[in-house]
Amino acid sequence: MSASLQTYTPDLQRYDELLSPDGSIRPHWRALVERLEQAGPDAVRRSADLARRLIVENGVTYNVYADPQGRDRLWTLDMLPVIMSAEEWQSIERGVIQRARLFDSVLADLYGPQRLLQEGTVPAEIAFGHPNYLWPCHGAVPRGGRWLYMYAADLARSPDGRWWVLSDRTQTPSGPGYALENRRIVSRVLSDTLDDLNVRPLSGAFASLRDGLLANVEDSEMPLAVVLTPGPFNETYFEHAYLARQLGFSLVEGSDLTVRDDTLYLKTLSGLKRVHAVLRRLDDDFCDPAELRADSALGVPGLLKVVRAGRVVLGNALGSGVIESAAWLGFLPSICEWLLGEPLQLPSVATWWCGERPALEEVLEGLDRLVIKPTFPNQRFEAVFGRDLTRDARARLIRRLRARPYAYVAQERLALSQTPVWRGTGLTGRALSLRVYAIAGPDGYQVIPGGMARIASDVYADVVSTQRGGGSKDVWVLGQGEEGSQITEIAPRSRLRNESLPSRVGENLYWLGRYATRCEDKIRLLRGTLALERRSEVWPRAVDTCRHLGVTPMDSDPAASLFDTQHQLGIAADLQRLQWSATQARGRLSAEHWRAIGVVQRQYHDASSSSSDVRETLDRLTLSCAALSGFAHDDMTQDDAWRLMMLGRRVERISFLAMLLSRRLSEAAPTRGELEWILDIASGTIAYRTRYFDRPRLAPLLQLLVRDAKNPRSLAFLGLEICAITQQLSESAGELAVDFFQQAVTETVEADYGALEGLGYSAELARQGFARALNRMVDAASLLSDRLSMRHFSHTELDRHAVTA
Amino acid sequence: MSAAVTYRVKHETLYKYSAEVVHAHHLLHLVPRAMAHQACSEQSIQITPEPSGSLDAIDAFGNPLRRLEFSRPHQELSVTSEMKVEVRERRATDAPTESWERARNRLLYTARPPGNEQLDAIRYRVESPYVRIKQAFTEYGADCFVTGRPLLAAADALMMKLYREMKYTPGVTDISTPLLQVLEEKRGVCQDYAHLMIACLRARGLAARYVSGYLRTNPRPGESQLVGADASHAWVAAFCPPLGWVEFDPTNGVRAGLDHIAIAWGRDFGDVSPLRGVILGGGSHTLAVRVHVQNMTSSAAGRTESAD
Repeated sequence: MSASLQTYTPDLQRYDELLSPDGSIRPHWRALVERLEQAGPDAVRRSADLARRLIVENGVTYNVYADPQGRDRLWTLDMLPVIMSAEEWQSIERGVIQRARLFDSVLADLYGPQRLLQEGTVPAEIAFGHPNYLWPCHGAVPRGGRWLYMYAADLARSPDGRWWVLSDRTQTPSGPGYALENRRIVSRVLSDTLDDLNVRPLSGAFASLRDGLLANVEDSEMPLAVVLTPGPFNETYFEHAYLARQLGFSLVEGSDLTVRDDTLYLKTLSGLKRVHAVLRRLDDDFCDPAELRADSALGVPGLLKVVRAGRVVLGNALGSGVIESAAWLGFLPSICEWLLGEPLQLPSVATWWCGERPALEEVLEGLDRLVIKPTFPNQRFEAVFGRDLTRDARARLIRRLRARPYAYVAQERLALSQTPVWRGTGLTGRALSLRVYAIAGPDGYQVIPGGMARIASDVYADVVSTQRGGGSKDVWVLGQGEEGSQITEIAPRSRLRNESLPSRVGENLYWLGRYATRCEDKIRLLRGTLALERRSEVWPRAVDTCRHLGVTPMDSDPAASLFDTQHQLGIAADLQRLQWSATQARGRLSAEHWRAIGVVQRQYHDASSSSSDVRETLDRLTLSCAALSGFAHDDMTQDDAWRLMMLGRRVERISFLAMLLSRRLSEAAPTRGELEWILDIASGTIAYRTRYFDRPRLAPLLQLLVRDAKNPRSLAFLGLEICAITQQLSESAGELAVDFFQQAVTETVEADYGALEGLGYSAELARQGFARALNRMVDAASLLSDRLSMRHFSHTELDRHAVTA
Repeated sequence: MSAAVTYRVKHETLYKYSAEVVHAHHLLHLVPRAMAHQACSEQSIQITPEPSGSLDAIDAFGNPLRRLEFSRPHQELSVTSEMKVEVRERRATDAPTESWERARNRLLYTARPPGNEQLDAIRYRVESPYVRIKQAFTEYGADCFVTGRPLLAAADALMMKLYREMKYTPGVTDISTPLLQVLEEKRGVCQDYAHLMIACLRARGLAARYVSGYLRTNPRPGESQLVGADASHAWVAAFCPPLGWVEFDPTNGVRAGLDHIAIAWGRDFGDVSPLRGVILGGGSHTLAVRVHVQNMTSSAAGRTESAD
């Protein structure tokens, strides 16, 4: 036996994916095992490390992104794929396609004539008692007559080698995006092996999904398609963003969409744009608060009207979640015969619905070998294994079952098959389940050749779940002939309109620009201040400025303000706001830009938790913020999204600079030390020295920081930029008058700086006048910001309420 | 007492918003559905401001429904529904019924076609968004549902138990108050009485639906004032084979009769709320609802019975 297999022990109670009962390696695994042998354990370990790094770098997470505690859970991927032979896959493929067709027909019947219920083929309780059976959708035939665009079956293999369906996912099956990302990572780690084994690529299926959705849209030159997400708090938000990118759809939230008459629109910077197709990742009953759950803040009021009018393609149709109940499983063979006139190909794990009298009695008799589960997903009842119950608990359970039998199902337990995973130095076995996806292409259903393998967190577990700390694996389906080229990119999208920038994303980009700059400016201010000697005459003035500009609370010391998380205007709070707006605008940021924002957060939190030296931390943060500025300038296409972010940066900086100068000029004449301190904060020290070879004086300092249009941090430069950007935005998104702002800038730029110098009364008056002009400019910048919000973001400002009378 | 009464009903709803509502979708259940014992001869709905879109339909439970959309900014929404309805005596419901267990078993799945009436009843025997089924509801009704008791008698007993033990108290509950809390505190309005009775019936596997409508305002001579007449009212219909659906008003401890003008029925309040909507903007709002029910049959002089 080969070296890496020495640690691997098959479990005689289970089917082994890798080894035949005689201990030999199954033929379709041989090539992979040979590869691993040739490479040697060190190389395999390096590959496993690389896979882990790629997950961190690509930011693949499960759970939440915007958790205030920053507790994103990283996706776990075992580098070794599960290998499926071509013949075996074919039968899975046929079975999964049949089930997709079957459920599509079941939904058509349940939301139409309900003949399955009238004939008694299916108990009506299973449908009517399900929280996802949406009565308001009854009678609405979806555009194109298709209910299911994406379906997933959870499969497991019994000890005799047969595949069984554990459960069906018909609402918004999660995981296909992770499957694609798994393949991307594994293909980097095991690229040669992947090529040699002729593994079937995944990407074509995603293109089919897109084409399948678009095939049913109303005639339109340029259809607009979106992925509807509940937002960054959802546990699979990474996948929503990922799918949107792969499909070339816009990622939107409910509040980005609006219904007018019977048409669905996206609120964009340049007005309302009609939406033709929606791939939703939002649960059934949350989708339309006007007709479904009124307390849903996530949905789109009126969406059902659009569906009824056949004016939008929605995948999956609303109410498709009614299939997600184990109660259906026992009835599927007869449903399949009845609706499709063919036998069900993939068997489901043995299941009894207790609502049938004889079934209930059978279940009560066999309780010891059965798992009791709730029929409906909204029940507060955890699945229990009969054998594990105490005498009391058992009696309680039986009472429960007898009181409302239709709300419970019983299932046989399946000993899951085991598959090898890489652990440190060799292979070891883990229980396996397989999620396989069918998608509706323009020519009918097809199965994604692969999918997501889920493995249990320890050797003996029979329950496999991502939430319970298991892991995932790529699934390699071996090709049979010429197919098998490794293109993981989808061919460029055809005739799809995606340039529309949702107003909410635009607003968040604007604030991303503002917060990034605000953090940088405040950090520089604090850094410059803490570099001062406390006995120096500048110190009290610097402290006053820190307090005035919000870096430091009124009664507190600047040294204590960096790690002050209570202060709402402080750096900690602004860093959090920066993270939030970045999360919201993530779809428009490059992976590197996103990571750089994460780096700033991490640096801050690490320093905060280890009580690092404040000044050293500020130095590091200054550099990281400068990196963000680099990404802002060089890393984005210069479209409206970019313009809004840059506008945010400019507006923030011009306000900061004007406030800083105004504060320091409205009192006594600034000393030389104070001017040096200002130059340091405004990043003007070097420029000043090279130009004036002298200790700073007020007039030349203002020349540099206010008037010099070549200095990218000067007021004049920033003012010109702001006017130019708003001008460009006006062209695509409507007029935004900025005369008032231009005037305010001019007033400060053209002031007589010479008159401001000196200790006399007239100089002091002149300085106060100039400070007032600066303040007017700050007000003008803030008015500009408000007008921008009113003009472009007004749709997102308002709260939505549900009312009943 | 005549076997039919004609009513004129006026139902006014007025929303006042502290800020402009920019856009709104509303759903109206204000038009009475046709029923064997009830006919509507005149009917109108006045809406200000004028909606930008209005569409009439029949909902999944067979009730008339109107969908409205407002795309122009407004700070007030007024909806006034007026109708003339003739209410006749409901079918005689005093015939003996089956035991409640038998009635329950009729709804059980047998793998044979259930028949339309049964199939329709099943949608009202399972949980619905506002009526979750809990063990506490089974226990509460235990003394009414003794073994072998005819369903009608058991349901009457349950109705009377609720009527006796609950204290009609406006303002302490709203639609988000959990039903278990209502059961515990035994206070609420007609909506809570109805939901509670439905829950107790469904917890035993029986079918029960929520009926919304209005109540005759002034008492008949010699009778006391009915409770719940100042707004829209709600009561319960239970599936009592072989009679069919029988209506109970637990708030007043009576079977629904000539005093009850039905508008719509559904699984619970959520299916038939007179007016529901989602508004964009609007700030905070105040709501005023007034219902006038005028008895045309007994008031040749056109005396208006008002309660607001």
